[in-house]
Amino acid sequence: MTGPIAQEIERKLVDAFAPTHLAVINDSASHSGHLGDDGTGESHFTVEIESAAFAGVSRLQRQRLVNQALGDLPGQRVHALAIRARAPGE
Amino acid sequence: MSTEQRIDEIVKGNDVVLFMKGTPLFPQCGFSSRAVAILERLGVEYASVDVLQDMEIRQGIKSYSDWPTIPQLYVKGEFVGGSDIMMEMYEAGELAQLMEEAEVKPA
Repeated sequence: MTGPIAQEIERKLVDAFAPTHLAVINDSASHSGHLGDDGTGESHFTVEIESAAFAGVSRLQRQRLVNQALGDLPGQRVHALAIRARAPGE
Repeated sequence: MSTEQRIDEIVKGNDVVLFMKGTPLFPQCGFSSRAVAILERLGVEYASVDVLQDMEIRQGIKSYSDWPTIPQLYVKGEFVGGSDIMMEMYEAGELAQLMEEAEVKPA
């Protein structure tokens, strides 16, 4: 089951980066009861994204781009978001 | 003193500083725990700030670096990144290189 937050993350990233690979992995179950578990089951995510938009872009800038595309999700509506951003061929 | 000035003093007053949730001995978040483990592995001297003990810094650090999450690593006054970037740089040997170039003291 994909929850509403995961769907929102996916939609925003598809719109922003036209990714050639995208996986939004919900890690929330393994953090159940920890700090940041808000009981929604959608508190912790890992995003794997591959897009030509990241070619020649620094690590810091890639994460900034992803964070910007996700608006108020990282750190506010989602407690924990790990981002692995790469360009095709890396 | 404003929160931004307080943060600025901490960032500029320490060669390596990690803003984290909890303390190096008792990290309160998986990402902070990972960041601490990387710094310990590098064997460098670092300062840490527990943002859970200070709501002003917890919010202020996010606008200071224009970065929405914690942990945050600063070396010689420069924002390096969060735990994903730390891990990628560590694995590529780039974090050790950065510490060496910045002439950071060993722990």
